[in-house]
Amino acid sequence: MKAVMPMDEAVRQAVLGAIPRLRAFAISLCGNVDRADDLVQETMLRAFANIHSFQPGTNISAWLFTILRNHFRSEYRKRRREVEDVDGSYTESLKSQPEQPGHVEFGEFRQALVKLPADQREALILIGAAGFSYEDAAEICGCAVGTIKSRVNRARARLAELLSIKGGEAFGPDEATRAVLASGNN
Amino acid sequence: MNDRKAGSELPIEEAAFPAHKGPRAELGRNVQAKIGQQLRAMYDDVVKQGVPDRFIELLNQLDSATKK
Repeated sequence: MKAVMPMDEAVRQAVLGAIPRLRAFAISLCGNVDRADDLVQETMLRAFANIHSFQPGTNISAWLFTILRNHFRSEYRKRRREVEDVDGSYTESLKSQPEQPGHVEFGEFRQALVKLPADQREALILIGAAGFSYEDAAEICGCAVGTIKSRVNRARARLAELLSIKGGEAFGPDEATRAVLASGNN
Repeated sequence: MNDRKAGSELPIEEAAFPAHKGPRAELGRNVQAKIGQQLRAMYDDVVKQGVPDRFIELLNQLDSATKK
């Protein structure tokens, strides 16, 4: 066997296919597109440097998400003194992107999301958006399944709190919510 | 990693939105449904952007590096 193996075409395709989801995960985690893309790039470099530790036949996307998550957490610890996007600079950067008609604005939602503790945020994204099972999410985060479940619950409760401060109004009231609010809530 | 105590596995959602039937519980479910929708929509919005060129270039570089 050669010391350096040529990149397996299947692995290459799998990594390529995972990039859009890795970016979505990274942006949700750090709330900043440029930083997210750096996280994804570092994830790819680490993945290929450690490709021998990947077991073919296992879930490559969970493996890549694990690398990205661990890298984010170590960066996060290093950069703890830095302020996250609470000042809305990420939201500003979003505004410069062309919006399609009817495009949903996520600015407020993202701002609420970055206010969550990192462990709750990652659990919520893995379960609620990335579609991982509780078992996979536990593996990715290196914790117990029950811990993931309680983090997701806490994250949801906290987000609801952050987003419904104004009685749900700022969160885009639909007819049902409007009816509830109109009923006087007593 | 496990910097948080896993001891408080309380049903937080129930604590935040008591199960009694009424406008408040209704509002809680509504907010939770919206959170789920927004979370997926935000995530999918990025997924739909596909693979930026810089990553294709990087992959090609990694590819030729491993073939040396």
